[in-house]
Amino acid sequence: MSASNSKTMNVRLKIWRQEGPSAPGAFEEYSLSGILVDMSFLEMLDTLNEKLIHEGKRPVEFESDCREGICGTCSLMVQGQAHGPVRGATTCQLYMRSFQDGELITIEPWRAKAFPILRDLITDRRAFDRIQMAGGYTGAKTGPHADANAILIPKDIADRAMDAAACIGCGACVAACPNASASLFTSAKVTQFALLPQGHADRKRRVIRMVDQMDKEGFGSCSNLQECEAACPKKISIQNIAIMKQEYLKAAISADFRAGLGSADGGA
Amino acid sequence: MVPLTRLFSSTLGRKYLMGASGMALVLFLVVHLLGNLTLYAPNGDLLNTYAARLQGLGIGLIALEVGLALTILLHIITAFQVTYTSKLARPIGYDSPKTKGGPSKSTAGSRNMILTGIVLGVFLVVHILQFRFGPSMEEGYTTTVNGAMVHDLYRVVVEAFVQPLWVAFYVGCMVFLGFHLRHGYWSAFQSLGIINPRWSKPIHTLGLLIALLLAFGFLFIPIFIYFTQSGGGNP
Ligand code: HEM
Ligand code: SF4
Ligand code: FES
Repeated sequence: MSASNSKTMNVRLKIWRQEGPSAPGAFEEYSLSGILVDMSFLEMLDTLNEKLIHEGKRPVEFESDCREGICGTCSLMVQGQAHGPVRGATTCQLYMRSFQDGELITIEPWRAKAFPILRDLITDRRAFDRIQMAGGYTGAKTGPHADANAILIPKDIADRAMDAAACIGCGACVAACPNASASLFTSAKVTQFALLPQGHADRKRRVIRMVDQMDKEGFGSCSNLQECEAACPKKISIQNIAIMKQEYLKAAISADFRAGLGSADGGA
Repeated sequence: MVPLTRLFSSTLGRKYLMGASGMALVLFLVVHLLGNLTLYAPNGDLLNTYAARLQGLGIGLIALEVGLALTILLHIITAFQVTYTSKLARPIGYDSPKTKGGPSKSTAGSRNMILTGIVLGVFLVVHILQFRFGPSMEEGYTTTVNGAMVHDLYRVVVEAFVQPLWVAFYVGCMVFLGFHLRHGYWSAFQSLGIINPRWSKPIHTLGLLIALLLAFGFLFIPIFIYFTQSGGGNP
């Protein structure tokens, strides 16, 4: 282990506290000393919470699960940036060595009408689940397990689909977008299937339904600022948004769309 | 159900309209600037001939003008719709949001397209009233080119641009045009989905070039006229 292991630092924290969904909420400041520089950001918050519990105060509520960058549960706006200052990383992959000794660190929840705050730093991100449920799957019966190479997919296409599938649904794209648009998330889910033959059967209805749901949830309109890609821990490309636009236009001008295929309850 | 209204009321659909109308407007500006190069000629004959030719299109010109007006209207309506949708989507903002850099194209200019757009909208109204509906032949603004009597549009233009305030207004507005197009040109491609990773960067760079070319191309005209026509206070 490196020699810096025992080095410590002091931090000041400015954290959004809010009792419940309709409570007003406000920033509160805290100080912590003796924080190990190699501690993770979430361990630092755990330390704060132990201190608050000892003092008989309500701990700061935030979400995490895997703490290794794969589940997309952690979701903090740190220093005005989604998942903090390090690109290509989730909040749980953020370490205290990315901050200065004595720095004032502002921590906020994701801010979007479609992600209402439940408490403190926890938001309700079920809007993403509903977008996914609207079409982010393939409904075609696939029969018994097929041979691995029964369906041939060119390597570059498989790679692009895999890149899109890397999305962990964390919501940083919405949080970072100045318009609170969910285009990057939705497009990653659309593209992942649109590129693969297995996804072709429900290609049109998928994009129409998912975009419909995205709009219904009250997300903003994409202005092509690419801030989502910069904030995405998986570096999902806005090329997926371009593909979603092609898919949507193709589906929308097709006869199926006019026949009501886009509506939630189906059609052909 | 009317499918088109539904298509164009979605956030994606509106951006197809935004991108297509924006691109059409850029195309118009290129043609407009090329036409305006006639203003750099030593006297007004070239501009007045060009204007007379356009007038000669008759109903064709009216059709073009109406088409242009509708395009601008469509662009403005969708502009307010998309901006409003996004305002509603984040009722409470962040303490001090910061871009994460890297591929981000988030700048003061790209985030405030509605502000640069509103300036352009105001400019358009003033500009059209001043030149399209300005002093007419009936008010004595006539001249002869090749023996034919035509509208002396050149005199209308010069009378405006010998005044420093008009020069400043036009130059200022063209700076806003530059910022609008710096993001807008590339953005239109992305809005329409006609972009791929290989072309994204070159198109974004081309956007800078087009923004500079159009902004400075237009902006030098009033400056040029001011310095060549108001010389020593006796135009
Ligand atoms: C000379 C006139 C104009 C030209 C050449 C022009 C050009 C463009 C272009 C190419 C785009 C990119 C389209 C896209 O994002 O898909 C754009 C976007 C935009 N324009 Fe204009 N525009 C003009 C006037 C206006 C006016 C008068 C407004 C009105 C308020 C306006 C408001 C906007 C807004 C808000 C956007 C961004 C839309 C978004 O972020 O989603 N523009 N413009
Ligand atoms: S696209 Fe990136 S930022 Fe958005 S939800 Fe997926 S992983 Fe998170
Ligand atoms: S806690 Fe799973 S990605 Fe951060």
